[in-house]
Amino acid sequence: MNDDPLVQISNLSFSYDSRPILSGINMTIPRGKVVAIMGSSGCGKTTTLRLIGGQLKPTSGSVTVDGQVVHQLDADSMYAMRRKLGMLFQFGALFTDMTVFENVAFQMREHTNLPEAMIRDLVLMKLHAVGLRGAHALMPTELSGGMARRVALARAIALDPMLIMYDEPFAGLDPISLSIVGELIRKLNDALGASSIVVTHDVQESLKIVDYVYFVSEGKIVAEGTAEEIRKSKTPYVHQFVWGEADGPVPFHYPATSYAEELMGTVS
Amino acid sequence: MSRTSLDLWVGFFVAIGLVALLFLAMKVGNLSSSMSGETYAIKASFDNIGALKVRSAVKSAGVVVGRVSDIRFNSQSYQADVTMSMDARFKFPRDTFATINTSGLLGEQYIGFEVGGDEEYLAAGDSVKKTQSAVVLEKLISQFMFKQAADSESGK
Amino acid sequence: MLMHSGTAFRRIHLTLREIYFTGVMSLIIILVSGLFVGMVLGLQGYDTLQRYGSSEALGILVALSLVRELGPVVAALLFASRAGSAITAEIGLMKATEQLSAMEMMAVDPLARVVAPRFWGGVISMPLLAALFSAMGIFGGYLVGVQLIGVDEGSFWSQMQASVDFREDIMNGVIKSFVFGAIISWVAVFEGYDAEPTAEGVSGATTRTVVTSSLAILAADFILTAFMFRGA
Repeated sequence: MNDDPLVQISNLSFSYDSRPILSGINMTIPRGKVVAIMGSSGCGKTTTLRLIGGQLKPTSGSVTVDGQVVHQLDADSMYAMRRKLGMLFQFGALFTDMTVFENVAFQMREHTNLPEAMIRDLVLMKLHAVGLRGAHALMPTELSGGMARRVALARAIALDPMLIMYDEPFAGLDPISLSIVGELIRKLNDALGASSIVVTHDVQESLKIVDYVYFVSEGKIVAEGTAEEIRKSKTPYVHQFVWGEADGPVPFHYPATSYAEELMGTVS
Repeated sequence: MSRTSLDLWVGFFVAIGLVALLFLAMKVGNLSSSMSGETYAIKASFDNIGALKVRSAVKSAGVVVGRVSDIRFNSQSYQADVTMSMDARFKFPRDTFATINTSGLLGEQYIGFEVGGDEEYLAAGDSVKKTQSAVVLEKLISQFMFKQAADSESGK
Repeated sequence: MLMHSGTAFRRIHLTLREIYFTGVMSLIIILVSGLFVGMVLGLQGYDTLQRYGSSEALGILVALSLVRELGPVVAALLFASRAGSAITAEIGLMKATEQLSAMEMMAVDPLARVVAPRFWGGVISMPLLAALFSAMGIFGGYLVGVQLIGVDEGSFWSQMQASVDFREDIMNGVIKSFVFGAIISWVAVFEGYDAEPTAEGVSGATTRTVVTSSLAILAADFILTAFMFRGA
């Protein structure tokens, strides 16, 4: 293993039309680590993942994956790069017209010429890793939310990627599924020797499994550190986020004119 | 839905689709009766072709033996020059008489061949010499009316 | 779009699957409506023709109106609402549930993997469905005209054969249905791919598919008819 980080994000900015989403972000994802990006909803976490995957082009700055600057790749090398990535989408994004087996086999069929018997073995191995080998014949609509997430996880690691990205892997899961998925993220990362980026706002669950945390708010990194440092952090924003307080630097109230003024003022 | 039964269904669908097309071509259309084979062109000039059109039938003894392939106005003779493509299986004597007939009272117009007795046959590019124009219904009626009027006049 | 069609043919099974979903699944509606349209044509046509004493021309009337116009157009309108809307809804939902994004992230181009097979499936299915519609309609006209009313069977078929031309009428009908198939499939995949990735977005796109492709079919029908049957 070489020492240079797998993903290097430097001075990255991105805006939809003229609305800035990210401004001047720097991040490093070292090889073999699980890194979390946390922040409240709509702060640009998912956008960061899409920038790494090359689905969006940065307004300025750059993302480097395994030594390649993502937005400078042409279509072919972009696809070659993406084969080394695995991504778990927010609600799984399983292909609803295929069985669980076919979902996991999808990339193997698309990108390799493996014989059918080998694909079968590989798929069952991946499904076994997430504990769902018995469900291989089901359709995605027959799965519970947690199972769907695990199948999507099996699909994301189908081609043994070097980088796995998780977009809100914990959203909408019951506590049992939550810790299963959490543990899987850690175990699979270590078993595959891959690196993982977990985008989430589930602090307690993710702090258990990650090595390093970036806090993003309003398009900027406001705090970073190891899980232990984050728990102890005195930064007001991080403190509010980690301990889930209703009011703090992130205000409870949407910006408005003064309350007293609005109630007492004359009706115009 | 397994892969084989899907394949079978698609095969079945394509097959009945093609059968339907074949049915339209053979049973509904005139592909079976039209001259798919070789044809030769002969010409004829008419004073008046009435409602004859390109692709109108050429019939002899009531059987379709060819089709009108081209109609042109001849500015020298002030006649209509009609080109017909005839089925190569049939030959007609040189003195064949071409008339423009109507199927039924108001039906389509077609060219009728009344066969003569010449020993030589019409070859490609030849012209039919003897022709008779279309019967114009309006003319026929007005002739009849005048004749009636003239008869009643002389009868007084 | 056409650049990505290679996959649709190299991996013919993807396209076959779409032919199944668009073509085979539309069979029932096409066959049944064809039969009824033909039977109505038989009744109405007979009623009008027998006033002029030419009820034997019923075969011509039924066959020409089906092969030239009603077959391609009505089958296309049915196809747009049955299969076109389904294609849009399917692609739109795949987009809304991030399946297309997921595919992109798996280095698979959704245009080649999802859109192109659906497009070609529609283009291939449409002429076959239109031919089936016309054949079924003529059979319906035959049932009503010959079996029910008692028009002479021989003249029904022979008059039909004498005046329906293979190239002029049948081939032009087939060309029309090809064009309609391309229009519907294109509108359907475009609307699906372009849909807002929300529930309202997808339902709006589905409605737009039916409306846009129906209008486009009727307009294209006028233009094609004006070119094809100008001289005849």
